[in-house]
Amino acid sequence: MTATLDAPRSKPAPRRTNWEKWGWIYMRASGVVLVVLIFGHLFVNLYAGEGVKAIDFGFVAGKWASPFWQWYDAALLWLALIHGSNGMRTIVNDYSTGPRLNTWLKRAIFVSTVLLILLGTLVIFTFDPCPTGTAADLLPSFCAAR
Amino acid sequence: MSTITVEAAQGSALESEMEEAPPGSFVVTLIIRRFIPELDEEPRWQDFDVRVLPTDRILDALHKIKWEQDGSLTFRRSCAHGICGSDAMRINGRNRLACKTLIKDLDPSQPIYVEAIKGLPLEKDLIVDMEPFFESYRQIQPFLQASGSPVRERTQTVAARERFDDTTKCILCAACTSSCPVFWTDGQYFGPAAIVNAHRFIFDDRDEAAQVRLDILNDKEGVWRCRTTFNCSEACPRGIEVTKAIAEVKQAVLRGRP
Ligand code: HEM
Ligand code: SF4
Ligand code: FES
Repeated sequence: MTATLDAPRSKPAPRRTNWEKWGWIYMRASGVVLVVLIFGHLFVNLYAGEGVKAIDFGFVAGKWASPFWQWYDAALLWLALIHGSNGMRTIVNDYSTGPRLNTWLKRAIFVSTVLLILLGTLVIFTFDPCPTGTAADLLPSFCAAR
Repeated sequence: MSTITVEAAQGSALESEMEEAPPGSFVVTLIIRRFIPELDEEPRWQDFDVRVLPTDRILDALHKIKWEQDGSLTFRRSCAHGICGSDAMRINGRNRLACKTLIKDLDPSQPIYVEAIKGLPLEKDLIVDMEPFFESYRQIQPFLQASGSPVRERTQTVAARERFDDTTKCILCAACTSSCPVFWTDGQYFGPAAIVNAHRFIFDDRDEAAQVRLDILNDKEGVWRCRTTFNCSEACPRGIEVTKAIAEVKQAVLRGRP
């Protein structure tokens, strides 16, 4: 009887895509970009020019008339929402011990994130402050139709 | 003859008095979280007044309670000198070895709270079931795996030895793992101690199974659950930079090699 094994306990864990690793990398990569985007966003909206008093419908419309701010806000939306929902997933994994509650909470986070990202992206890129065919008294003052 | 006997008797009386109140000693209150499974449904706090010296350790105070006041008080200790790792406990809310915590380093004017380490199943008084802790330690294969027959010493440069020197100091006391809030949530996380001991072999250039251990820790419950809270580094009685070791293992997993 031989008591020698060729490679005891040397079998590596089954190979599958490791989402935890990519999640960890994503939190840090998006975090670095978010610092820049968030402080840029806060600076432009709250401080530059007339500061916070300048924010109104026209201010937002003005920003989204420029592709630069469209892409800036889209990047902020995508990065922050995925970052935030992945962070929420981490917290759910920490605190919801029951497997069913855990699954449902994570599904709820996923669905709301996808919904918010799609709606947000739609608004950023299709926003039109002066839609044609709208009653003039509903339009903001800077529209040509008024 | 009789005079000598009287003198000796006086001497021993004085001695026992000295022992009761040695100069510089004072009375401190220990509030201990008791749990005797045969008697208690829930853990309860019980206070004891003990005469101690400032240079006494919490372990000495526990001994005094057990030997002079309440023999049912249960705790683990073996070496009493910070080597065996038996007596990690939560002292004033921080994980410490009872045998390395001096009374004078706490605030003896206030009661001192002593309870079992958290997260592992409480068995009795200050004793927890360490099995889940050792199970995750075993899973990272904490032994040298090298090919070739060990006919002579496996030499190593000083620099290569230095690479994992810090993590060789672990005494498996569980102070780190049982101070980790991620471990507290569901106890599924490998825990800092297992990662520290994996680090000890992953960065040992005589070992050939680093890849296996990196794969084991690149797991849902592996290094990625660490949130860099630093509780482990703060708790470690050996002064191991536990959080740094975990970060180095994360980097090694990302690199794909030690
Ligand atoms: C200022 C830019 C930001 C940076 C640098 C940043 C960085 C990070 C990092 C590195 C983590 C991972 C922590 C860990 O695993 O130990 C994290 C977690 C998290 N972040 Fe951010 N983040 C930023 C903005 C945001 C924003 C805007 C949100 C909300 C939408 C958010 C929500 C979260 C959540 C919910 C977590 C999980 C918390 C946890 O793990 O307990 N972060 N963040
Ligand atoms: S790393 Fe430090 S705290 Fe953790 S088990 Fe080892 S000696 Fe104890
Ligand atoms: S009794 Fe051995 S470490 Fe404290």
